[in-house]
Amino acid sequence: MSAVVVPIEEAPATLSPQARREVDEVLAHYPNPRSAILPVLWILQREHGWISPARLRLAASLVELPEPEVFGIATFYTMFNLKPIGRHHLQVCMTLSCSLMGSDRLFRHLQSKLGIGHGETTADGRFTLRRVECLAACGGAPCMQVNFDYHENLDEAKCDALLEKLK
Amino acid sequence: MSGERGPFLFKDIDTPGLTGIDVYRKGGGYRALAEMLGRRPADECIEVVKASGLRGRGGAGFPAGLKWSFVPKASPKPRYLVCNADESEPGTFKDRELMEKNPHLLLEGVALAGYAIGAHVGYIYLRGEFDYIQVILDRAIAEARSAGLLGANVAGSGYAFDIHTHLGAGAYICGEETALLSSLEGYRGQPRLKPPFPAVEGLYACPTVVNNVETLMNVPAILINGAKWFRQWGTEKSPGTKILSVSGPVKRPGNYEIPLGIPLRQLIDDYCGGMREGFRVKAVIPGGSSVPPLPASKLDTALDYESLNAEGTFLGSGGVIVIDEQTCLVDSLWNIIRFYEHESCGKCTPCREGTYWMTEILERVEHGQGRAGDLDLLEDLADNILGKSFCALGDAAAMPVQGFLKHFRDEFQHHITHQRCRANRRRAEIEARFGERVHA
Repeated sequence: MSAVVVPIEEAPATLSPQARREVDEVLAHYPNPRSAILPVLWILQREHGWISPARLRLAASLVELPEPEVFGIATFYTMFNLKPIGRHHLQVCMTLSCSLMGSDRLFRHLQSKLGIGHGETTADGRFTLRRVECLAACGGAPCMQVNFDYHENLDEAKCDALLEKLK
Repeated sequence: MSGERGPFLFKDIDTPGLTGIDVYRKGGGYRALAEMLGRRPADECIEVVKASGLRGRGGAGFPAGLKWSFVPKASPKPRYLVCNADESEPGTFKDRELMEKNPHLLLEGVALAGYAIGAHVGYIYLRGEFDYIQVILDRAIAEARSAGLLGANVAGSGYAFDIHTHLGAGAYICGEETALLSSLEGYRGQPRLKPPFPAVEGLYACPTVVNNVETLMNVPAILINGAKWFRQWGTEKSPGTKILSVSGPVKRPGNYEIPLGIPLRQLIDDYCGGMREGFRVKAVIPGGSSVPPLPASKLDTALDYESLNAEGTFLGSGGVIVIDEQTCLVDSLWNIIRFYEHESCGKCTPCREGTYWMTEILERVEHGQGRAGDLDLLEDLADNILGKSFCALGDAAAMPVQGFLKHFRDEFQHHITHQRCRANRRRAEIEARFGERVHA
């Protein structure tokens, strides 16, 4: 029986001084390092827009957990990008209140305008399009989050004007 | 409704600069903290909140003071106060506005509740999408620390209390209190068996109280003004005001603070200015998408916990979703159940499998491929989830199925019998209509 060797192709990831400070700060918020896993993953994702396998390993070492466990946690939540995404992450709410006010139509508009579907990124790396569930902006339906910015009461014209600004 | 947006929590919500500590203090902010901490017994705080009748504003409506009193007095372990700011119930968007505009009120409420149960640390668990609110809250926390209102010696009382924000990462289930605690501890956000209840064994197996944002924001004024003052609004069993988030084709959707007990019709017609031109109410979901809908014939139902229970539904999180006559209810229910199927954490079979199959059935009914026994099958599935799933997420998916079929079975049956929709206009036409609309 031969051992299965999984090659580690990536060089180990390192923390920037700024990220190091942020990690130290969040670790101090909890009685054990494990609790800091979501904050640490957020710090790593904010720096690069996504979390590479090497950075996932780094996160595991920072909170003193086995890497597979951190992988299990990172994949449980929908907001960690384990693959690269576009600079502008268009997240269109499709839940009931937005649906009542035309989010399906809005999503189709974005699909045809950008030529990409759910979960896809434009070839120039500018946009990633995603259907998401309720964003807590139902009074401004239909709504979309671009990265962390809320855009509410959207229609096709407003959407087009917004995309123009997102370079 | 001139000037002020509401009688209490919304009264000064739009004051310019309210997110800053100076403006907040000028309006009486942090007075409760200075008067209570270390100066009045913690038990007294619990008793006042109990007497006020304040009920949890997150969805379950559990009396807040009673929840606090479950924390064992003799426990040698540290205690924790956790604020549930994971606002995720579809149709609900009140906590977002409250935190965005009045962050210090939340901090004061967290600190006071923490003092009442003997905690020295509070965590505010925000849903991942609320990254910008974390920035607002962190800034407010830094201000409060600088002013000596958080930290080792809060307002010179000798009592230590600090608050940290914690950002989730996209999981509806983390709004369930035990799942929230799992997530905060660094595990997958899956619910835990109760008992033990969090008040006995919560965060890090220590006594913990989990309260919703709006609930905690009620606390400072109740402690300053007393239970009787709070009871000037609402009903005997549902005292106080409640912020309702209204969405759907009404003229003015948004958050409204109402005294509990006003009729649903008044909310839609007076507060929201009625329906948009050409739209009529078909159904209203009164408390977030997990509660059964009311048909238009029930618009005179009073908006309070008991009256809605009597009609077989709930005030829940206060997310009022108005559905108009042109909307297909099969499509609406499919949308709702698809949400719960997506958000089921997968831990227990009734919820994981049940939400999947209900979604499949609703999808085929919506697409004109429904089968003769499908509605009975849906009811059977809902019955096998309700009360049999590990946490309330399963119930949240079962209740709308039962409610929609109870009030609108004909429309569902029509879909199956005639393989098409009988809603007045088809979706494409509705969308064409909305395409022409002008937003404010």
